[in-house]
Amino acid sequence: MRRSDVMRQTAIAAFSTAVLFLAACATTSDTPAPVTDGSKPPAEVKTDTVKPVTPGGGPSGSQLSALKDPKNILSQRSIFYDYDKFDVRDEYRALVEAHAKYLRENPSARMLIQGNTDERGSREYNVGLGQRRSDGVKRMMTLLGARDSQVESVSLGEEKPQVDGHSESAWSKNRRSDILYSGEY
Amino acid sequence: MFLRRLAALGLTLLLAAPLARAQLSIEITGAGAQRIPIALVAFAGEGALGQSLSAIVRADLERSGLFRGLEVPPLSPHPTETAKVNYAEWRSRLADALVLGSVAARPDGRFEVRFKLFDTVKQQDLSGVAYTLRKDQARATAHRIADFVYEKLIGEKGVFSTRIAYVVKRGNRYELQIADADGAGEETALASFEPIISPVWSPDGRRLAYVSFEAKRPVVYVHSLLDGKRTVAANFRGSNSAPAWSPDGAKLAVCLSREGGSQIFTVNPDGSALRRLTSSSAIDTEPRYSPDGQWIYFTSDRGGSPQIYRMAAAGGEPQRVTFEGSYNVSPRISPDGKMLAYITRNESKFQVGLLDLSNRQTQIITDSDRDESPSFSPNGRMILLATVTGGRGVLSAVSSDGRFKQRLSAAAGGDVREPAWGPFIE
Repeated sequence: MRRSDVMRQTAIAAFSTAVLFLAACATTSDTPAPVTDGSKPPAEVKTDTVKPVTPGGGPSGSQLSALKDPKNILSQRSIFYDYDKFDVRDEYRALVEAHAKYLRENPSARMLIQGNTDERGSREYNVGLGQRRSDGVKRMMTLLGARDSQVESVSLGEEKPQVDGHSESAWSKNRRSDILYSGEY
Repeated sequence: MFLRRLAALGLTLLLAAPLARAQLSIEITGAGAQRIPIALVAFAGEGALGQSLSAIVRADLERSGLFRGLEVPPLSPHPTETAKVNYAEWRSRLADALVLGSVAARPDGRFEVRFKLFDTVKQQDLSGVAYTLRKDQARATAHRIADFVYEKLIGEKGVFSTRIAYVVKRGNRYELQIADADGAGEETALASFEPIISPVWSPDGRRLAYVSFEAKRPVVYVHSLLDGKRTVAANFRGSNSAPAWSPDGAKLAVCLSREGGSQIFTVNPDGSALRRLTSSSAIDTEPRYSPDGQWIYFTSDRGGSPQIYRMAAAGGEPQRVTFEGSYNVSPRISPDGKMLAYITRNESKFQVGLLDLSNRQTQIITDSDRDESPSFSPNGRMILLATVTGGRGVLSAVSSDGRFKQRLSAAAGGDVREPAWGPFIE
């Protein structure tokens, strides 16, 4: 485990160097050069091959990926918002930074950010409001070094509430951006 | 006209019309409507069709809010369209109009329906029509008869033969359904475990554009109703939503986030010829063409709160249209281009507002509080909308003057939402 982590770190470092080099050469390719040391880059760890772990329960297994490990901040995937607000509150800053770092260190990782609103108002205007939320998170990610091509921001409007209900306690859970990695959507 | 001769009846009409096979049940409420008393005598021989044509015609006309069907006792001899009408007798029954008809079986297994409409006040034969039909076309034929009667007596086209589209959500299942304007004969065009929103009819009534979330993000599809085939109209990076047909059916206006934010573009229904129309840092969405194709009305929060704007259909400097209140969205232009229906927030209530584009006067025409997605009937007389009553999504229809209302709810449970009234079909 530890040994493979070290190998992975090495791979990431080599990878990042390669990406920086390629970027310096002003390449337009989005596909990173293949890693040749035989170890898989983490982004290719398909999340569906990882044994699901119930957050907060059960023993942690050796196959835990950083993205799913409930002890890892990367397993936190939702950012909640105040009513009619789009700015990411300070309490979510560390979360966004951790995901941006992950993207930076894993150039083949791909992220989908889904913006959501509460149920009030026009469905289509809410698609626009949710988009503003996910665009905001994407902007933070790219300012923190993630590449534009790694992150897609979309909106689900009011269509996918986390909690059904017609009160502020439900609405506050539904005004959110959700972060998904490829393989999870 | 009849309407002018009639005194306001000041009645509240409350009738639940149970419809055979109908998934949507309709409840009508309204006060002070001026309604033409009309006698619809059972068509001689209509029993052979398995349903009563005259009853369907009567239900159609009553749903318009402009007619009141009279109870007609058994008559002997039973009058048909060939009978000589005793106008004085029908006037004594308080009928201003009378429909007589008959159904005859043809040797080829089909049926022939003949009917005539009479103005009992002017003592005039207003003519009629003969239809040849299969038994399974009885409802459609009754709607055509109702359209004929409506147009003769009201002076504008009836919408009884038109269709509506809407989405029913049951648990986590979403169904895009098409039904007759009376809620009968529903068919499911698409079923999905992900949301479906914003269906809109192509001007020829053969296709629907809508937004489906089956790809975990909104994508605009065009769906042919004849063969059930669908094509992707907008599946760009980001969100693709809010489709609207140009009046000639050649283009869709859509809201895309592919270049950041939510901006209005036009695209051909096959996904080609993408063109950006708005350039703002605001949310620009919910485009709708004016019926003459000159303008696109849309929702934008460029002024700080969501309001309705319009711009030339090819793009251009937008002009603000709504000014009252801090939340005006979902613009829909009436078929004659004179009125704008939209959703307005009043304190915490979302209601249908109507703006007269010539004199700028506004009025709120609903008394519900969670209204969404207004849609004009093709004759402009009614507005179909989604609302919530008793925690359940239902469809509601309100006359453009706000006086007359209907509610349509799914008999089999579930939330009904996202209605769109289809065009006239020739």
